[in-house]
Amino acid sequence: MRHLLSTTELRRETATALLDTAEALKQALLGRQVRKLPTLRGRTVVTLFYESSTRTRASFEIAGKWMSADVVNLTAGSSSVAKGESLRDTALTLAAMGADCVVIRHPAAGAAHRLASWVPTHVINAGDGAHQHPTQALLDAATLRERLGTLNGRTVTIVGDVLHSRVARSNIELLITLGARIHLVAPPTLLPWGVQNWGGDPDGTQDQAQNRAERSWPVTVSHDLDAALPGSDAVMVLRVQAERMHGGFFPSVREYSISYGLTEARLRLLPAHAVVLHPGPMLRGMEIAHSVADSPRAVIADQVRNGVHVRMAVLYHLLASQEEQA
Amino acid sequence: MSSPSGTGAAGPLRQRELLSAAELARVLARMAHQVIERTAPEPVLLVGIPTRGVALAHRLANRICQFGGTPPSVGILDVTLYRDDLRRRPTRPLQATELPAKGLDDALVVLVDDVLYSGRTAAAALDALRSYGRPRAVQLAVLVDRGHRELPIRADYVGKNLPTSRNEEVGVLLVETDGTDAVVIRRSQR
Repeated sequence: MRHLLSTTELRRETATALLDTAEALKQALLGRQVRKLPTLRGRTVVTLFYESSTRTRASFEIAGKWMSADVVNLTAGSSSVAKGESLRDTALTLAAMGADCVVIRHPAAGAAHRLASWVPTHVINAGDGAHQHPTQALLDAATLRERLGTLNGRTVTIVGDVLHSRVARSNIELLITLGARIHLVAPPTLLPWGVQNWGGDPDGTQDQAQNRAERSWPVTVSHDLDAALPGSDAVMVLRVQAERMHGGFFPSVREYSISYGLTEARLRLLPAHAVVLHPGPMLRGMEIAHSVADSPRAVIADQVRNGVHVRMAVLYHLLASQEEQA
Repeated sequence: MSSPSGTGAAGPLRQRELLSAAELARVLARMAHQVIERTAPEPVLLVGIPTRGVALAHRLANRICQFGGTPPSVGILDVTLYRDDLRRRPTRPLQATELPAKGLDDALVVLVDDVLYSGRTAAAALDALRSYGRPRAVQLAVLVDRGHRELPIRADYVGKNLPTSRNEEVGVLLVETDGTDAVVIRRSQR
């Protein structure tokens, strides 16, 4: 693996190998005095963030540091980007300084793909617009696998602002690749056009584009959360992304919260084994009630914890092996 | 294990058995006695290095109990993340690590592996152990020492010394992982 740009091109074996590595890393770090592995000593990871972030950036930094990589953090506001430098020039500068891997978050979809064609370094997509956020999907899959044993045949309900959500897009493709069924619940205004045709490759064998044209994907869509909950093994609540909304997508916060918010009453509709995920940052009282976010059914802290191990796994697979001949 | 590439002649696989199942059992029994002699009455922590070191560590532990030694505990230590040759190979899968929750401080650790060759795995294991605490002492037990050390590493307990050539491969087969017990030697495939 040279880059991690989206979950679309992740085959089942690769995704499973990444999750297995993350699990082994988690276990290897348990109960030790020194939480530092020498694996990436002498390698430099640069995080380049054109959008704000708490957990993703910190998580990549911790992941790199625990594996002894040198991690340099750049944000758009405090770098030459503020003086008008282009993404390409910034990236080439970083590569010239000896960066081995660039972790990029950018408001434009496709930024990471473009970057990968410009620079000789490894590129990890940490979120590009409303397109993809592959490490988030991997950490969600790791958390689900941990809680549910397997993803095969499980139903994951994703509720909320699917339209603006790179988390939803990445998760749909990855979780389907891993054998799960996806059910989307959202107001019609917050669902993308053609959503039924999304999905990954369940066998990991056939050409994605061809597959997509020939088959309909196991993505079902509805607008009734109460009806969807009893049949769900997990509910993934998405943040309402006000910063990407220009125009009226729903009448009021209160109405959204009543129709699509995960309340305590709705929590009781879930089967006993089902878990609640949220990629963060949470808007408590909007898409998720305070008490639900703090309930033992919510695995939000686990997601964050697994995020470090998943990102360590990705860095390990990209940086700690023989370079593939490009 | 690097080796000069072979001649490419696709002859039948030449494989010679060096230890039979019965001999392997006898060798392990002798190693267990040696561990007891050198460490009793102090309890030891047998740490197996995956894959086959783990099965060997469990067998040694059983033998030590049988022979009246202080019952040892058994742990697993995957040294992949500490290897110095990661960047010379495709991505290596990681394996489980299981060590006592209380750490390794003041423990008497015996590392257990199947074959001692370059010594790089043992060196990586010594590095790895340091992240888990400060053992009182670390010893090394190997079923087969095949020579060709590249680092100043020496085993404390050796089941069998095997003079080998670098273009040979030593295979340790165990019931737990391979369905049969034997030590074999064959011409390198690579």
